[in-house]
Amino acid sequence: MLTMAEAIREAMCIAFDERPEVFLLGEDVGIYGGAFGVSADMYHRYGAERVLDTPIAELGIVGAAVGAALSGMRPIVEIQFSDFTAQAMDQIANQAAKIHFMLGGALHVPMVLRTPQGSGTGAAAQHSQNLEPWFASVPGLKVVVPSNPADAKGLLLSSIDDPNPVIFLEHKLLYKIPGREPVPEGSTRIPLGVSKVVREGKDLTIVATGIMVNKAWEVCEKLSAEGISITLIDPRTISPLDMQPVFESVDKTGRLLVVQEGPAHAGFINEVIAQMAGSASFGSLIAPIKRLAGMNIPIPYAPQLEKAAVPQIEDIEIAAREIVKNWR
Amino acid sequence: MGHPMSSPAHARHALLYMWRIRKFEEAVEDLFGRGMMHGTMHLSIGQEASPTGMCMALTLQDQITSTHRGHGHCIAKGADLTRMIAELLGKEIGYCGGRGGSMHIADVETGNLGANGVVGGGIPIAAGAALASKMMKKGSVSVSFFGDGAMNEGAFHEAANLAAIWKLPMILFCENNKYGMSSSTEKAFAIDNLADRGKGYGIPAVNVDGNDVVDVYEQAKIAVERAKSGEGPTLIVAETYRWKGHSRSDKNLYRTKEEIEEWRERDPIPKFTSKIIEAGLMTKEQCDAIAQEATDAIIAAVNESVKAKPADPAGLLDAVFKKASA
Repeated sequence: MLTMAEAIREAMCIAFDERPEVFLLGEDVGIYGGAFGVSADMYHRYGAERVLDTPIAELGIVGAAVGAALSGMRPIVEIQFSDFTAQAMDQIANQAAKIHFMLGGALHVPMVLRTPQGSGTGAAAQHSQNLEPWFASVPGLKVVVPSNPADAKGLLLSSIDDPNPVIFLEHKLLYKIPGREPVPEGSTRIPLGVSKVVREGKDLTIVATGIMVNKAWEVCEKLSAEGISITLIDPRTISPLDMQPVFESVDKTGRLLVVQEGPAHAGFINEVIAQMAGSASFGSLIAPIKRLAGMNIPIPYAPQLEKAAVPQIEDIEIAAREIVKNWR
Repeated sequence: MGHPMSSPAHARHALLYMWRIRKFEEAVEDLFGRGMMHGTMHLSIGQEASPTGMCMALTLQDQITSTHRGHGHCIAKGADLTRMIAELLGKEIGYCGGRGGSMHIADVETGNLGANGVVGGGIPIAAGAALASKMMKKGSVSVSFFGDGAMNEGAFHEAANLAAIWKLPMILFCENNKYGMSSSTEKAFAIDNLADRGKGYGIPAVNVDGNDVVDVYEQAKIAVERAKSGEGPTLIVAETYRWKGHSRSDKNLYRTKEEIEEWRERDPIPKFTSKIIEAGLMTKEQCDAIAQEATDAIIAAVNESVKAKPADPAGLLDAVFKKASA
């Protein structure tokens, strides 16, 4: 069973083999193999020209990727921590995202920006954020948040194929974890903009992103033994967002719990709630929508503080149990 | 193209393109003044020799990135005047279908990767275009035009360093027009010569008279050859001046009338006109006819654009992403 880091590497290697215009650039992606080892060995396999080490210059790196993408190449950028995208935001939000629209459609930016995000490594506030709402709020960017190796591989290959800029957010705690399902072999794709129904139940719908899908899965397993059956939905791509499976599920369960690691205020998951509130399926709800998200604080350092800052399995379990028990 | 003094045809090209830029900018100012254009605009009157000289050293395959003050770069690289005016008037046939306006004109056919609303935004993009040229062995060069203000942006620093370490076929072309909006280079730099910055990156740098199309061309040509032979980037600092304010809102409070007047005396167009007449490349009558030709072309572009269909909001949502080709 491949881990998510291995699945991402496999997807990159397939793209490298299929398309000569694909290359990887970023800080320490070469002989070092990337800060999290995602590009390990690619330097030896493809050489320094296609696995391009850069200086520490995030704005320059992303800008160079944008220019290369405009000129016939298909770059994959690795930004060492998603927090450092702040350094590159002009090129991401003002340039890459807008070029196709703003310049009249004659140019486009086929670029993937991969970056590790999330808490749980004791790296504190500048190395642990979940920044998906930054990207999801910029029209012109597609935003992918894989939760497992199989999805990561198929979604990354689709992202590389896509003629538009894609932000690919990889939770760093998932890198070393094998999935529940094996990673399909070969050059297989999962389309962007299609939510995945991870498991089906009748009592509650949980929508979770990234690592929260895994945490919610544990809760589904546990409560299933007690006779509470849960539908778990992983949007996988948050821009564009496929809400149809959520509506259909809520029509059956009448209860909705949404979970994300990032802070609650103005977070991505609120978009799920807003779309639910405005949909015909709102009438199917028999319980108030429950939101579980990170605290509205920077991620703290000490292990017990860091753990308290984001939803844990126990929090999801308590929320799921309450919503099912209290609303019948 | 070739040297502006190498033949009557080349002299004609240089003069015509400088006049086209001048007349285009005057038309834009006029249309704004009469309330026919909205938004804002940044005029490059007085700076025409820099883009004209630089672009005469380029081929169609060579790429440029431009700035918020970008009309001159577009025209010098060969953009269609009607599609430019139409864009500023918010018309469907405009380069961006009315979605970009003055600060976002790009023209794929002439290798123009676009003007930019963010100071310094185009410099890393030009480095990326040069990286692609190198990786794909295209043999083309990319030029990033930017102003003196952009040299204090991090984007300049990061892109200049990438271009230098990777020996990219790139030219960093600074149009030093002396002011970033109201901030003079004296206030914004602790060095007198902006070209001194090149040394810090290991990039050869040269000062040119940005109001002399011949001087610009000659140094541009050397930089292009250097880039194309794999020796890496060059920083060109063209000394020039914008006659008009930064944008519509500028009341010129930060500079004197005398200073503006002094630079108007150094108008690049009469300077080149005298030169080619003296050299026997053109007669005065021929030069006057070229100015008239540029005026006529702009009038025709305005007339056609005014009549064109306004941009339609109906397609906006479908324009955000490029559709995947099957």
